[in-house]
This record gives sequence, C-alpha cells and structure tokens, in this order.
Amino acid sequence: MALAAFVVIALLAVGSALGLVLRRNPIHGALFLVVNLGCIAALYLMLGAEFLAVAQIIIYAGAIMVLFVFAIMVLIPGKEETGPDPRRALRLWALPVGGVLFVLVGTWVLIPRATAPAGPAAAPGGVEAIGRLLFTDYLFPFELTSVLLLAAMVGVLLLARRRA
Amino acid sequence: MVPESYYLALSALLFAIGAVGVIVRRNPLIIFMSIELMLNAVNLSFVAFGHRLGSLEGQAIVFFVMAVAAAEVAVGLAIIVTMFRLRRRLSIDDLSLLKW
Repeated sequence: MALAAFVVIALLAVGSALGLVLRRNPIHGALFLVVNLGCIAALYLMLGAEFLAVAQIIIYAGAIMVLFVFAIMVLIPGKEETGPDPRRALRLWALPVGGVLFVLVGTWVLIPRATAPAGPAAAPGGVEAIGRLLFTDYLFPFELTSVLLLAAMVGVLLLARRRA
Repeated sequence: MVPESYYLALSALLFAIGAVGVIVRRNPLIIFMSIELMLNAVNLSFVAFGHRLGSLEGQAIVFFVMAVAAAEVAVGLAIIVTMFRLRRRLSIDDLSLLKW
C-alpha cells in the first residue's frame, strides 16, 4: 500500500522533472516544477517529516515559485532562446554524462545500505521537536540564516534599483 | 514500508535530471529552476537518511537548505532581471563576463 503510493508519487515527480527540463516555454516549466515540489512534499509526509512537508509547500511551492513566475512574466520578451545553438554538439554530451552521474550518485548513496544497521525507530517529529533542535544545537546557524536573509534582501533591493 | 534506498534512488535520478537541465538549456530561468530541482533532490536524500537513522538532524539541515535556497532565488532572479535590462536578450551565453 505504501509502496503503491510511493511508486505513483515517484513517477509523478520524475515526469514533472522531465517536463521542466524539456519544455520550451518557461511558464510550463515553472508549473511542472510546482508539481514536482508538491510530490517532494508528499514524500516528506511519507518519511514522517510533517513540518518539512508543510514548509515545503509554503516556502518552495508558495513563495519561491511565485517569485519565479513573476520574473518569467517580467522577462517575457526574451522567452525564446535566441537563434540556433552554437554549441549543440557539446550540449548533447550532457545526456550520457547525466546517465553516468545518475549511476555514480545512485551507487554512492546505496552502497552503505548493506553495512549500516537500521537506526532506532523514527524520532518524534513535529514542530516542537524541530524547534527544540533549532534553538539548542543549531542556534548559531539559525541566527546566521537570519543575517543571510537580511543580506539577500539588501542585495535584491540594490540590484533592482533603477539608476538615475 | 518503503525501504529508504528507494527514496535515495529517486533523489539520485532527480539530481541527474536537474544537472542535465542545467547543462542543456540556454534560458537562464530554466537553468535556475533546474538548480532548484537539484536542491530538492538533495533535501529528499537528507530527510530519507534522517528517517533511517532516527534523528531529526536531517530535517533541521533541510530547514536551513530551504532558507538558503529562498535567499539564493531572490538574488539570482534580481541578477537575471538586471542582465536582461542591460542587454534585452535572455541567453545564458551572454553571461560570460568572467571568462578568462
């Protein structure tokens, strides 16, 4: 039952990823990416990370993708990749290299499975447990993240200003 | 019960698809979205490992990755919009000022 749900969600995730990479129109690609992010959120739910699933929907599918769609709307006159591709032969090498990358990464993440024992039962998830972790062990990265967001905001405002 | 290696294999596949998208496409927005796809694939592997080891640290790491990705998307899109404003063309081959 869980396996059937996983297979359906995984197929949807891979299909939407291929849709993102293969579509000409960036708006279609953005919509495919939203579907993919929703599938990842569903997979987080299956792995017991409820807070992350909701955060994924809110932050990634809700804020980041909306930002992307805004940017695509602003940049519509340039939506077509202009002219014939001068480096087409080199770019087509990406497909076998991508296959090799998939085989390598898959081997690297799957090899320790045979040797490492299964850990204890899944830790109690939920917002309280993650909040406790963030405010005790990971307090310094947490504060640094807020500084990073401030720096990003200042940078974006500076870049978006019209000069003169 | 789905074994964690299935999640890891899916994560590897999504990462490879995102990497191919970054290399093959010429529209900077599609390249950027493929980078986001790669980040999500790695997030999925973090959560899978965290579930397997029974610790919450995988989820905490993903929390930080999400925050950094949000900041990166904002700044990256500002850069792309600025380049478009300067050149009126949206091709990644234009962004070659750092080439030696």
